[in-house]
Amino acid sequence: MSEIKLKKNPLSLQLNAEDFLPASEEEKRERIVMRESTTYWKDALQRFSKNKVAMVSFFVIILIMLCAFIVPVFYPYQYDQQVRGSEDLRPMQYSEMELQKISKGESVFPHIFGTDKFGRDMAVRTMIGARISLLVGLVASALVLLIGSIYGAVSGYFGGKVDLVMMRIVDIIYSVPDMLIIILLQVTMKEPLNRLFSSNPALAGFQQIGVGLISIFITFSLLYWVGMARIVRGQIMMLKEQEFVTAAKALGASNRRIIAEHLLPNCIGTLIVTTTLQIPSAIFTEAFLSFLNLGVAAPMASLGSLANDALDGITSYAYRLVVPSVAISLIILSFNLFGDGLRDAFDPKLKK
Amino acid sequence: MANYVVKRVAYAFLTIFLISIITFALMNMIPGGPFLSEKAVSPETTQALKEKYGLDKSLPEQYISYMGKLLQGDLGLSLKQKGRTANDIIFSTFPVSASLGGISILVALILGITMGSVAALNRGKWGDSVLMVISTLGIAVPSFVVATALMVTFGVNLRLLPTMGLKTPLHYIMPVAALSFYPMAYITRLMRSSMLDALNQDYIRTAKAKGVSKVVMLFKHALRNAIIPVITYVGPLLAYTVTGSFVVETIFNIPGLGREFINCISGRDYPMVMSTTIFLAALLVFMNVLVDICYKLVDPRIKLK
Repeated sequence: MSEIKLKKNPLSLQLNAEDFLPASEEEKRERIVMRESTTYWKDALQRFSKNKVAMVSFFVIILIMLCAFIVPVFYPYQYDQQVRGSEDLRPMQYSEMELQKISKGESVFPHIFGTDKFGRDMAVRTMIGARISLLVGLVASALVLLIGSIYGAVSGYFGGKVDLVMMRIVDIIYSVPDMLIIILLQVTMKEPLNRLFSSNPALAGFQQIGVGLISIFITFSLLYWVGMARIVRGQIMMLKEQEFVTAAKALGASNRRIIAEHLLPNCIGTLIVTTTLQIPSAIFTEAFLSFLNLGVAAPMASLGSLANDALDGITSYAYRLVVPSVAISLIILSFNLFGDGLRDAFDPKLKK
Repeated sequence: MANYVVKRVAYAFLTIFLISIITFALMNMIPGGPFLSEKAVSPETTQALKEKYGLDKSLPEQYISYMGKLLQGDLGLSLKQKGRTANDIIFSTFPVSASLGGISILVALILGITMGSVAALNRGKWGDSVLMVISTLGIAVPSFVVATALMVTFGVNLRLLPTMGLKTPLHYIMPVAALSFYPMAYITRLMRSSMLDALNQDYIRTAKAKGVSKVVMLFKHALRNAIIPVITYVGPLLAYTVTGSFVVETIFNIPGLGREFINCISGRDYPMVMSTTIFLAALLVFMNVLVDICYKLVDPRIKLK
């Protein structure tokens, strides 16, 4: 084989004998699959779990959710329970009645954060407040996700005149100063909504949630979806030029099916990240409104209204402000960091 | 350029038109109407009052006359402060809020840009970490918490600063700090990332290779490019300052438009709430147009569509 080495004509169709030799051990080893190929989700999960800050904030969120939704169920005090004789207690302090009970051998659960001027336990009120804040954040973001993604997808997919008109509407809503309109809606909608709910028995369930919260949700679904719609539209416009959409169209898929089955699932990363980052902003808004006495109605507590209640005795009971403030800052901070972590995990290109 | 300006101004008017429809619709949703009183009023009197104020006309007609008054600059009357017009109240309180808000915006911009640049230049060192911790906290702590915390520590416990009103420069320190903390933190983060971007660009390497001094490189080459994203934030910053002033002015008892607005809300002075909303909304919308136009002027790379 080695004796004659002819220079091979590059155009010759003659086969190389070397190509037909059995593969060497080294070549065989190169073919072994070392790692399973990862899916989109596994890849994101792997990147996310390597991000320490994001993991810590994720566990903080889980912890806060447990405190807000599970712990109050088993807690010995209720958020609206007024313990007589235990007004204005400092953290871990017992009232005289409770001290008597203890001396008799009964066990009394301590007021970890003290009580307010009505004798309500501050620890359970803070937890209920966190529940309201989280509820507002989650429900409002879900509404934003629903409206924004459908609107943005329709606008981006159809393009042309439809897109033009739909996006001009978004532009206009975008430039409306949201906080002003939210305050205005909060002020004016309470009474009509109250009347509506009390007159219609089918809507009585809403009254329990509270008119303040309902109007927060309404304002969010009216104004806050525009950011989401813009982001989704951008994604859809990129995606709709791709081959799988052409293939789906060629197979006769309806527009609705293409949007729901092909386009939206392909921007799932963006949807998750944008929704997560919407949560802290919703919580922020709710706290702000409750602080101005525009949010939940007494005796319901939200973190903002707890901070507002604390203003009364701020000089002697400063810790009453500290507890809800720390809680709200912690919630907002951990959701922000969690959202940042998700963004880095789903779209590492954006990482700075 | 002229085209762009005309288009933006037209949209601004559309937005204000939308807001006026919302406010008008909400005003009609409020139960009771303006002539409720404890005394029983005969139907004839109510009818006469309705005719006097034009409430017997159809809703579109009412809207047209409402808009007509608005366009003439007449914002209506206050229900609670008898004899005072909304114009009177708004224009006597707005300058106070404007000076407080203006100073806060300047402080937030200057401190945020400086801190962001310092953090970017010291990337990975302890100075960067300290600034990043401060700015991460800054975007998580609501302004009402900052304001009350400042008041309790410096005003009540340490007695270092005055807590009420806005008379001397000393009075400005706490409200401005409370109002500018969040935007300062946000601008710091924005500035840090855009400064890092700018420092990695080829033109910076070229400038370094040319032997340009560090000061010229920083201020002439890097800063001017890095500052552009901050300009886009000025619009939201204005809106934040307006809403933040509601809380801060109430807490520090500053006689500005923010405190007035909150008083109107708690006093259920609906006409004043409407007029203040329209005034502030129009102000914000037009300021945003101005900021956007400036943005296009500053950065010639942005295409004018």
